[in-house]
Amino acid sequence: MPIPQYWRTQSQRYRLTGEVCNTCGAKLFPPRDVCPECSKPAYEPFEFGGAGEVYSFSLLSNAPAGYEAYEPYTVALVKLAEGPLVTAQLTDVEPEEVRIGMPVEMVTRKLTEQGEDGLIVYGYKFRPVLRPAANG
Amino acid sequence: MKPIRDVGIVGYGAYVPRFRLPAKEVARVWKGPDGDVPIVEKAVAGPDEDAATIAIEAARNALKRAQIQPKQIGAVWVGSESHPYAVKPTSTIVAEAIGATPEIQAGDWEFACKAGTEAMQAAFGFVGSGMASYALVIGADTAQARPGDELEYTASAGGAAYIIGLREESLAYLEGSYSYVTDTPDFFRRPEQTYPQHGSRFTGEPAYFKHVLTSAQGLLDQLGAKPSDYRMAVFHQPNVKFPQRAAKLLGFTDEQVKTGLLAGVIGNTYAGSSLLGLTAILDVAQPGDRLLLVSFGSGAGSDAMSFVVTENIVQRRKRALFTCDYIQRRKEIDYGLYVRYRGKLKVH
Amino acid sequence: MRDVSIIGIGQTKVAEHWERSLRHLAADAVMAAMRDAGVERADALYVGNMLSGELSGQENLGALIADFVGLRGIEAAKIEAACASGAAAVRMGYLAVASGLLDVVIAVGVEKMTDQGSEIVTAALATAADADYEVVNGVSFISLNALIMRRYMHEYGIPHEDFAGFPVNAHKNAATNPNAMFQSPISLETFKRAKMIASPINLMDSSPVADGAAAVVLAPSDLARRFQAAPVRIIGSANATDSLAVHDRHDPLFLSAAALSAQKAYRQAGLGPADVDFFELHDAFSITAALSLEAAGFAERGQATRLAKDGEISLSGRIPVCTLGGLKARGHPVGATGVYQIVEAAQQLRGQAGPNQVKNARIGMTQNIGGSGAAVITHILAAAE
Repeated sequence: MPIPQYWRTQSQRYRLTGEVCNTCGAKLFPPRDVCPECSKPAYEPFEFGGAGEVYSFSLLSNAPAGYEAYEPYTVALVKLAEGPLVTAQLTDVEPEEVRIGMPVEMVTRKLTEQGEDGLIVYGYKFRPVLRPAANG
Repeated sequence: MKPIRDVGIVGYGAYVPRFRLPAKEVARVWKGPDGDVPIVEKAVAGPDEDAATIAIEAARNALKRAQIQPKQIGAVWVGSESHPYAVKPTSTIVAEAIGATPEIQAGDWEFACKAGTEAMQAAFGFVGSGMASYALVIGADTAQARPGDELEYTASAGGAAYIIGLREESLAYLEGSYSYVTDTPDFFRRPEQTYPQHGSRFTGEPAYFKHVLTSAQGLLDQLGAKPSDYRMAVFHQPNVKFPQRAAKLLGFTDEQVKTGLLAGVIGNTYAGSSLLGLTAILDVAQPGDRLLLVSFGSGAGSDAMSFVVTENIVQRRKRALFTCDYIQRRKEIDYGLYVRYRGKLKVH
Repeated sequence: MRDVSIIGIGQTKVAEHWERSLRHLAADAVMAAMRDAGVERADALYVGNMLSGELSGQENLGALIADFVGLRGIEAAKIEAACASGAAAVRMGYLAVASGLLDVVIAVGVEKMTDQGSEIVTAALATAADADYEVVNGVSFISLNALIMRRYMHEYGIPHEDFAGFPVNAHKNAATNPNAMFQSPISLETFKRAKMIASPINLMDSSPVADGAAAVVLAPSDLARRFQAAPVRIIGSANATDSLAVHDRHDPLFLSAAALSAQKAYRQAGLGPADVDFFELHDAFSITAALSLEAAGFAERGQATRLAKDGEISLSGRIPVCTLGGLKARGHPVGATGVYQIVEAAQQLRGQAGPNQVKNARIGMTQNIGGSGAAVITHILAAAE
């Protein structure tokens, strides 16, 4: 992907910046200019909190080019607390621990690197919610 | 020294990755099963982590405790010796990730393990002068050590973030700070080299101890204070022995340094080292406690800072994860996974 | 609006064709179809293809292929709808003839996938998904379908092995299709032992990619008998779309574009699922086969694997699918697949399917899916009276 293409989606990847539709109130991620629920224009930015749960997951062992460094990793559909579904990697979790319905939270990690001398792409991944340790 | 207006720590946050490499594993590979080890285990960054991602999570935790809007921050300064890019600031990535851009000052700092406290000194001045209401400073590293070298037992990953603001809002205010710097080549790395050179025993007395002891004593003298006035103290911790010895030489007790001494279980987080120790202290300190922080960066220098904890800490510190929450989250790995994750294997 | 018929069909074997380039494969299929139709000229050529740019550094296929098969000068264009490019090309030809503007039109689907290594092909196939919000996260196309499959299994309580019937059926049928890539049957055991690619999808759930080309020649039905004794009529043709990304679907477990496109085609043809004698569905993955059956009205939601378990999808079953091997065993040269489905349906409706013949096949349905369900093109074909 060319650098400008990554750069345009930076606030989506760094802060889960989506939109809220002023007509019907639907929260949209990723942002788009026409609300898919009511077909009215949607431009109002809305930053999602990052809390969600696992809707589905898959353990990948044949990573596409550029993602081999992270193999094996789990990809998931995460249902954000505010409603939308996002596609993302899970991190900080062993594959056998993943369950549909597991509460997760957004963290910012490396998604890929364009070789040793190219751009580092940072973006959202999700990890099981880190709770305070019992005897912390 | 301190600025014209009183400043302090308005928010703080920690981050430690979850992987742990037991020092005995390093010994097993290089020395045999009975090799001596300087710490129990060290934290290792995962393949999708680097100084930027560590800095971002620590910063988010600091924001939760500060309870301010990101756009109120006037500067984002990240100190590290493992910035992901040689040219392109880590600070802009962090600033963008926390939503502090674009009306902001940003830039990366470098002074080996004291890059973070370096930025903090500057932040005291920046806020104290009235140029900004808040400044965010971070010390974070994913330190790299030559395979088989003695530093491989301890070179680890982690970071801490501090939001500096005015005393009235602080969780702990600054009484004063003192910096002591000389040109001492105890540990360094040339640009094209992967691993640093270090002077072995030269890094002890002429480097660590000279600068740490001088800056600590210098600050105590300026403030007219003595070690027994302090509830807790934290020193730069490349291992467990150095900070314990420095404490003893200055007149601090083991009890005073215990809370902030994390190196035994997470290793040396370099620019995060003393700053992470301070977060562990702030997690349990009580209003009125006096705290001493003394950093050290090879090259060499030391920043000493004296803080007094305020009432504000009791409610606000609960708003983010404690340092022990991160420390207790651990997944042990072996040397093979470690060298894979740390990119030490030649794949081309 | 004119009625449209298929007057010629042609196809290559699906395989790793080291000796045949993209243009050679297309020409092989086009010329076979033209011979079958007995035509030497055409008014237009539409080329269905997805990856010629990424994998062969070649676009502008309409002009390239038209010239290469000796039809320089005619109307031509490349038509792309990811893995539905083949059916999209046929639909373009259908629209051209039905509109009355053109008479003899060739639609060819061609894909050349074996010149590049698998990492590059995997990345190219991922262009069927959302680049900015799916692919950037390191999901492969297979893993997107795996996410759907796992959720389906979770919501309906379906164990993985209940999907085995789909590839088992496909391989059984392909064994007697000389053009199929795989010609050996597989068992439930083979399915259970197969290697995981992206859990829960394993190697047997997943169709193979390779090279191939298939072509049809279309003409108005009232002229068709000049060329073919028993021309197959296209009585339904419909294209419908859904969100590109799985995460944007209203219901990730329902192929709404497949349902919409099937309904439009049924309406045009004046019939329903009960009238369909066989269904060349898009079994890129076993989960896609199940969801296609549900979307097209052959099974209730969550019930499609029952059809596979109970043998209803076999050649002698209630609704035979993948009668000549489907994507799983005949193979899936992505941009060509949609035309293979139509060529195979025509073979059935002409009574030329040999040992794979579905008895009394009068109405056949084909459905070609682009991406994980984003672009779906359904055709309904009828045997000559």
